[in-house]
Amino acid sequence: MLSLVVFLPLFAAVVLAAFPKIPDRTARWAWVLITAIDAALVGVMWLGYRTPAAGQLGYEEQVKWIPNVGSSYHVGVDGLSLPLLALTVVVFLACAVYALKEDQRPRIQAALFLFLQTSCLGLFAAQDLILFFLFFDLSIVGMYFVIAGWGHGNAARSALKFFLYTFLGSLALLLGFIGLYLYAEPHTFDMVELAASAPLDGNPMAGGWVLGAILLGLAIKTPTFPFHTWLPPAHTDAPAIGSAVLAGILLKMGTYGFVRIAMPMLPEAWRAWSWLIIAIGIISVLYGALVALAQTDLKRMIAYTSVNHMGYVVLAVGAVGVAGSGPAREVAVTGALTQMVSHGLITAALFLLAGVLHERAGTYDMGSYGGLAGQAPKFAALFAVGAFASLGLPGFSGFIAEFQIFAGSIGTVPLTALALPGILITAALFLLALQRLLTGSAGKKTHAVTDLTTRELFSVGPLLLLALLIGVFPRPLLDLIEPAASTVVVLLGR
Amino acid sequence: MEMDNGAGMEFLAVAPEMIVLVGAIAAILSGSFLRRDRQWISRVIAIAALLSSAALAGLAFAQPVRTVFEGSFAVDVGTNAARLIICLATVLVIVLGVEELTAGPQESETYALMLLSALGAMVMSGTSDLLILAVGFLLASIPLYALIGMNRSATGAEAAMKTYLLGAFSGIALLLGVTLLYALAGGTAYATLQAELADMPAGVIALGLVGVLTGLVFKAGAVPAHFWVPDAAQGSTVSAAAFLTTVPKIGALVAIYRLLLVIPPSVNWPLLIGLLAAASMTLGNFAAFTQSDARRLLGWSTVSQAGYLLLPVAVAGLADLALPSLLLYLAGYAVTNLGAFAVIAATGRTPLEKYRGLARENPWLSVALVVSLLSLVGTPPTAVFFGKLTTFTAAWDGGLAWLVAIAAINTVASLFYYLRWIVPAFQRTSAPAAGQAISPQPRRWATQSAYAAAVVVIVMGTLSGLLLPLFEGPLIR
Repeated sequence: MLSLVVFLPLFAAVVLAAFPKIPDRTARWAWVLITAIDAALVGVMWLGYRTPAAGQLGYEEQVKWIPNVGSSYHVGVDGLSLPLLALTVVVFLACAVYALKEDQRPRIQAALFLFLQTSCLGLFAAQDLILFFLFFDLSIVGMYFVIAGWGHGNAARSALKFFLYTFLGSLALLLGFIGLYLYAEPHTFDMVELAASAPLDGNPMAGGWVLGAILLGLAIKTPTFPFHTWLPPAHTDAPAIGSAVLAGILLKMGTYGFVRIAMPMLPEAWRAWSWLIIAIGIISVLYGALVALAQTDLKRMIAYTSVNHMGYVVLAVGAVGVAGSGPAREVAVTGALTQMVSHGLITAALFLLAGVLHERAGTYDMGSYGGLAGQAPKFAALFAVGAFASLGLPGFSGFIAEFQIFAGSIGTVPLTALALPGILITAALFLLALQRLLTGSAGKKTHAVTDLTTRELFSVGPLLLLALLIGVFPRPLLDLIEPAASTVVVLLGR
Repeated sequence: MEMDNGAGMEFLAVAPEMIVLVGAIAAILSGSFLRRDRQWISRVIAIAALLSSAALAGLAFAQPVRTVFEGSFAVDVGTNAARLIICLATVLVIVLGVEELTAGPQESETYALMLLSALGAMVMSGTSDLLILAVGFLLASIPLYALIGMNRSATGAEAAMKTYLLGAFSGIALLLGVTLLYALAGGTAYATLQAELADMPAGVIALGLVGVLTGLVFKAGAVPAHFWVPDAAQGSTVSAAAFLTTVPKIGALVAIYRLLLVIPPSVNWPLLIGLLAAASMTLGNFAAFTQSDARRLLGWSTVSQAGYLLLPVAVAGLADLALPSLLLYLAGYAVTNLGAFAVIAATGRTPLEKYRGLARENPWLSVALVVSLLSLVGTPPTAVFFGKLTTFTAAWDGGLAWLVAIAAINTVASLFYYLRWIVPAFQRTSAPAAGQAISPQPRRWATQSAYAAAVVVIVMGTLSGLLLPLFEGPLIR
């Protein structure tokens, strides 16, 4: 079942790539169909999911792969990965719908995105470090071709920067994985076994180095300050659906790695270095928010808010590592996971909306617009909803996430309150953006912006609707996450 | 170990080498009796010899390891794997060069030279005697000079001269090293070296080792005897370039591995090899950055790959994965590198900018190019990734974590120049200007070889779990 979910898109991608005779229209609809089927399959998995015992997995599959180095094809889901699998299929479905109008090599684009979908799903399902790394690298390769092939502006350069930077991160990650493997007795790359044995505990020197390598790899991917410089150009020049996937899914690979790999497998080193992680989190929150505030380019602004929003996640997982106990830590981890889902939905929606503007008027410059509320009311409504959701208004998923993050973090480490102004700045910058784009007199490009089409509405709308649903009825999601979060806290507290 | 002294049985043990030798002779003889348009018969002979040799090498995996000819030649996993990789790689070289060589005047001679040089590499990989090693070195080198010079262009002549001079120099160094080690140990068999060297002065052993290594790194194309590689890769025919950047390496690296096992720990050879590895990968990468010719780029890339390949050699016998990872990397590297050369042979284009628009003209060939180059970078699930994964693990396990870090940084750096080849292939061309020649039809054999190599790169990577146990086993002397 799980392997079917992971590899169905890849299979479709191969078929689409292999038959040049497939008409564009068929290719576009086939893409939507496959992503819809995959989303339905994940929905079925969610419904059938029963929380497994701590350290166990649902829908587990394991096949021998490279026994000589203790690596196997091992996949499975738990409360950490299932929400992200669901997020992945939803965002990719939204992208497929959004791209129904694509006229630039739609068949190849569909194949590439389906390939990318398999790499994202595979990463979140992987329970073996080599398998994790494989999907991690494939997602980089796939995104490189998305930016280089369908981007605009200085796409080739931005794609190269993205590739080199994140490839550096992946190599650091690989070194860390090899370290984990060599210190484990018997040597293994199996994530479940590594989490159970925590091979580097009692070896602070080597543990520090291995954690350092893994943190570097994940921090580049997340990205946190000071490793975020690849992100703004990559987003600015990527196509709208590329940005949506990049921000919505690919960034989560970094933060997911924290809770899936770094914390359970290196608990002692994580606790030792948690202050550094908290500091990086606080700086990312504040720096991301301040730089976003200064942007005049809409897409760059959203890109920097990603640094801010991912900063909250880093802050929360860092705070969990500081000595002390109590339920606050579980709340922080749950908040971090919820934030990943929430940010994925909201930012993907915002990037798609930014793409709408660019398609109509050819620029992301906020100064060129104004008065869009009258000109394009549906666009204005959705953009406002997205902005309010992103700034953490109660009733949306972002509020649930950030509230838990701060409740959990400040409860453990009061100093994390330093990051609170981040919320204020984010609110200010989104209000400012709303004011610039939607109200006031019409800018010189406003006339070009026609309102959302049905296709765009059906692409962006569901994402925001889900953010709203999670905000109003968070329980189903939290019930899924909480047991897994408490497992992480227990493993970390060993 | 049970020794079989029957001379017939001993010859049977080296049947793969015999067949390649007979194939080389048959190819050149048949070539001199056949008309120009029937020279393909000598190609069939060469390929048949190589495939039979590979099949026998494959069967030999199942047989007990042993030495033959009074301990001078080891039939073990190292020898068998090297035989297999060398023979199959040479077959691929011949196939990707079909169009290029059929047009040339010296087709059968080329096949004979390739077979002889491959035989030299096979002998190097299997021998456990310094004198036979020297013979293998000469057998692998001399046909190579001729192969490079066959291109008969100014660059080809220069490359042949450069290779010859460097080869002669490093050959002399090798013989000097052999002499020194012989003087110390009173014999040239590895078993004797191992028994006698332990109590000898480390400085003199080191000097002898450096001499022998100079010859072997020349064949491996590693620093400090690498200068011939980029020139030869650019100056010779595409098939010769593919051959010389792939096959000699295999023999040389297994030979280095074998030799190091008998050098006593009083000589810090892991550090020496580690430094050579670091220098090779770094220099190869930096030099590759600015290349604009695909063959020269691959020439420098092969220098850096020799550096990665030295990682497991530096921990020979010190880590469980050292030998299997070396053999896995060699197999993966051979097919990957040949895949990239097959793309050059198929398009007939050498300047990187001429690859502009390849994705539009021939999407599958550009996919094959991407697979080959990403494999050279070490992206999963390609063959070289699993080579890198296991060699990195082995080197760290053997105590060279610093070297692994350098290799990882170099891997990132290498991405940059491989992308310089990939990027134009996917860029759109401006509409062909008037008078611009229409790109020639890609050549069939070369194109098919590129496809085949790309498929093998992915399959070998995905199934490396099956390959790795095959490459495990003791080396004997």
